[in-house]
Amino acid sequence: MDYCPHTKEDIAQMQAVVGINDIEELFANIPEKFRLKQIPDMPPALSEQETMALMNSIGARNKLPNLTLTGAGAYAHYIPAVVSHLVGRAEFYTAYTPYQAEISQGLLQAIYEYQTMIARLTGMEIANASMYDGASAMAEAAVLCSKMSGRGKILIARSVHPEYLRVARTYAWANGYEVQVIPYAENGQIDLEKLSGNLDENTSGVIIQSPNFFGCLEDIAPIANTAHEKGAFLISAFTDGTSLGLIKPAGECGADFVVGEGQSFGNPLNYGGPYLGILAAREKFLRRIPGRLAGQTVDKDGRRGFVLTLQTREQHIRREKATSNICSNEALCALAAGIYLAALGKNLRRLALLNVYKTQYLKSKLSQLPGWKINFSAPEYNEFVVTCPDAREVNDRLANEGIIGGYDLSKDYPELKNALLFCATEMLLKENIDHIVRILK
Amino acid sequence: MELIFELSKVGRRAADVPLSDVPQIAPESFIDKKYLRDELDLPEVSEIDLVRHYTKLSQRNFGVDLGFYPLGSCTMKYNPKINETVAALPEFTGLHPYAPHEFAQGNLHLLFMMQRLLSNIFGMAEFTLQPAAGAHGELTGVMMIKKYFEQKGEKRRVVLIPDTAHGTNPASGALCGFETVTLRSNGEGGVDLEHLEELMSEEVAALMLTNPNTLGLFERNIEKVAQLVHGNGGLLYGDGANANAFLGKTRPGDLGFDVIQLNLHKTFSTPHGGGGPGSGPVGVSAKLIDFLPVPRIVRKGQEFHWSENFPQTIGRVRAFYGNFNVVVKAYAYIRSLGAAGLTRAAEMAVLNANYVKEILKPYYDLPYDHACMHECVFSGSKQVAESGVHTTDIAKRLIDYHYHPPTIYFPLIVPEAIMIEPTETESKETLDNFCAAMIAIAREAKENPQHVKDAPLTTPVKRLDEVLAARKPDVCWKK
Repeated sequence: MDYCPHTKEDIAQMQAVVGINDIEELFANIPEKFRLKQIPDMPPALSEQETMALMNSIGARNKLPNLTLTGAGAYAHYIPAVVSHLVGRAEFYTAYTPYQAEISQGLLQAIYEYQTMIARLTGMEIANASMYDGASAMAEAAVLCSKMSGRGKILIARSVHPEYLRVARTYAWANGYEVQVIPYAENGQIDLEKLSGNLDENTSGVIIQSPNFFGCLEDIAPIANTAHEKGAFLISAFTDGTSLGLIKPAGECGADFVVGEGQSFGNPLNYGGPYLGILAAREKFLRRIPGRLAGQTVDKDGRRGFVLTLQTREQHIRREKATSNICSNEALCALAAGIYLAALGKNLRRLALLNVYKTQYLKSKLSQLPGWKINFSAPEYNEFVVTCPDAREVNDRLANEGIIGGYDLSKDYPELKNALLFCATEMLLKENIDHIVRILK
Repeated sequence: MELIFELSKVGRRAADVPLSDVPQIAPESFIDKKYLRDELDLPEVSEIDLVRHYTKLSQRNFGVDLGFYPLGSCTMKYNPKINETVAALPEFTGLHPYAPHEFAQGNLHLLFMMQRLLSNIFGMAEFTLQPAAGAHGELTGVMMIKKYFEQKGEKRRVVLIPDTAHGTNPASGALCGFETVTLRSNGEGGVDLEHLEELMSEEVAALMLTNPNTLGLFERNIEKVAQLVHGNGGLLYGDGANANAFLGKTRPGDLGFDVIQLNLHKTFSTPHGGGGPGSGPVGVSAKLIDFLPVPRIVRKGQEFHWSENFPQTIGRVRAFYGNFNVVVKAYAYIRSLGAAGLTRAAEMAVLNANYVKEILKPYYDLPYDHACMHECVFSGSKQVAESGVHTTDIAKRLIDYHYHPPTIYFPLIVPEAIMIEPTETESKETLDNFCAAMIAIAREAKENPQHVKDAPLTTPVKRLDEVLAARKPDVCWKK
């Protein structure tokens, strides 16, 4: 199946207009020796029915779990039906970036509303239209801090998502600044003393996450003060965005930038993507932050309207002097996030509470299993670390029951042997948790 | 139109939350109050308010499903519905990225096959699917180039970029600490070989080339260009934004490219989503394989796994594995078309662009009058000189004819540029009607220029005050 509508007559007429006898003439600039007859080793074309069957058969090779107990940066939440219906409107999803504002008011306004909701949720004055994902949002914020300060080192808490840390390292290497990792304290929070000891006049910024990778909440205000005393910026990330329904946002605790993964807001797990990077900031950074911004203005009759604004920050205008090279972002995922947040409204707090209740229930049940021990004492949102007698055996036993178990931390934290990071969202019912505990007994 | 916040009324909700079936412990009892937020300021609307609000917004938005969208260099082809349907299968949407590999064999198989098919189509040794968009792929590609020279112990600090290039190219180079130097175009719009020869040295890490370039012209001296770059130990980077022009006709790997980034949301028909999600796979020649981002898929017997065990890798450029669900759509598209279908797509895309070029040539300036590839670039200079009507005005007037305007004011080397990319999925009738509208506008510009300058007249808002938006930025609503 192809999607070219031309008939033979159409092609003949068009060739006559163009003045050619053969389509091949249009490719004359490709040197003969590099001209391809046919793409090698390609499977045959398929009818739509065959494509459907093929994709179904590939999908069937996956095993959909009955339950997912892993969070670790991607969270299983219920998505209200209304979200996919609205995001599925083709006027939105078949559009390009809203360069022509007069026929893109829908997306521009939706993005402006999204930016407003994100700023409010994170306790910041401004937010951009989205980044690729939480990790790249963090890395780009780090690059910005380094550029703004001209300092050569950034400090990142070891309790930040290990993949985010890795991405930040990649960007730091490319940009030529150093990353230093700050250990966590016994209670699961950042080691404030070590942080303080490593902060110096060459430190551009400090990066933490709250809830952090262990699920623990960080006490952000003292961290912000410590960073600011040395003239460093604080970038505060979060793991599960729904925590913001209940937990005090970093913007209210002195952070300069709040970044994070917005997948929890109405976007499916999708095996890791597409997700959306959230980037919110203090107003004073408005002309420096990367990514697109929708802004409110008026038309020539004075009516409210929206445009992409402050584009002089961006690559297509500033080229090599741009804040970032980002062009396409995750607009449709941001649209989903905006719709999700507007749908829940203040129920986001109830949802966050429900996550906390489920987590506390799972935690209390697991901690009662013989030989199981909770690792950290800092308060958590919907994830926690527990050490069990044999992590691999636990996850195998759960997998046999079609359950994706906890995230095995020993891969990234060799000192945390047999430690599993569990996540409980509203998707887990009491009976599920009781069933899990029975499996593990 | 009202904002969602202005529809808000205390106590309304559009989505409810189940009652708790486990004990409800007051959060204050185990989370110190200092960690808890005081207020939560989100809109409070009913479900029908929400549905009408976003439905109205959608009606104020233009997509490919509504009409012709000849936005140059963006390849706004039709997005087949079957691809949306298959990507929405719960088997593809429902898996956690850290699901053990035995749960995810279907996904891994699909990603592995996609890498293979892209390698075949583009003649590259291997692909990564991790980058989230074209510019992200570019950044990844340039990082690999940086790593390659680091490993060789060569300090090359310059990246050459033609004056026709996308803005992302210099920005990507700069993000990796390279100095970007502009390479001039020759009179035909191609690479100025003498200038290239002059600039090539042991300082130059790479030439970033878009081929066909942003004038829609295939670089006919490509062999010589590759020789010059490679002869000095440099690498040839290909911006694949315009890959729709040569599918099945030639392969960047055969032409000598060492790295190429693609845009699945352009060439392989996945919808642009109003500015994303995209997907920016990067293909490399054999000498760069070791530097690909991790994790990579490895096959053991009939099973697929993720592996991080590639010590020379640049690392990760994002969390998890890429925009997986976008890849699902592109994979279904490639399988539907097969080799012949992809070739036909390129042929028809190129035919359509040349057809539009021939029809509009008498009415608009055509600074580079050669057989073009998938897009053609006109200039509005004639209209400016004759009646003071600018390219912006022409673009805005097209909106009144129910077309999305072409890309305008790009490439930068063409004054008042009008860059038209029809794509292969548009019929002759659509092209004829579009050309008739362009011709009508050229006439209007002569006879009634003010009318064109006042456009658009049919949209919910008229031309917007961008200066005000930038001077007094309002990016978040305040009560």
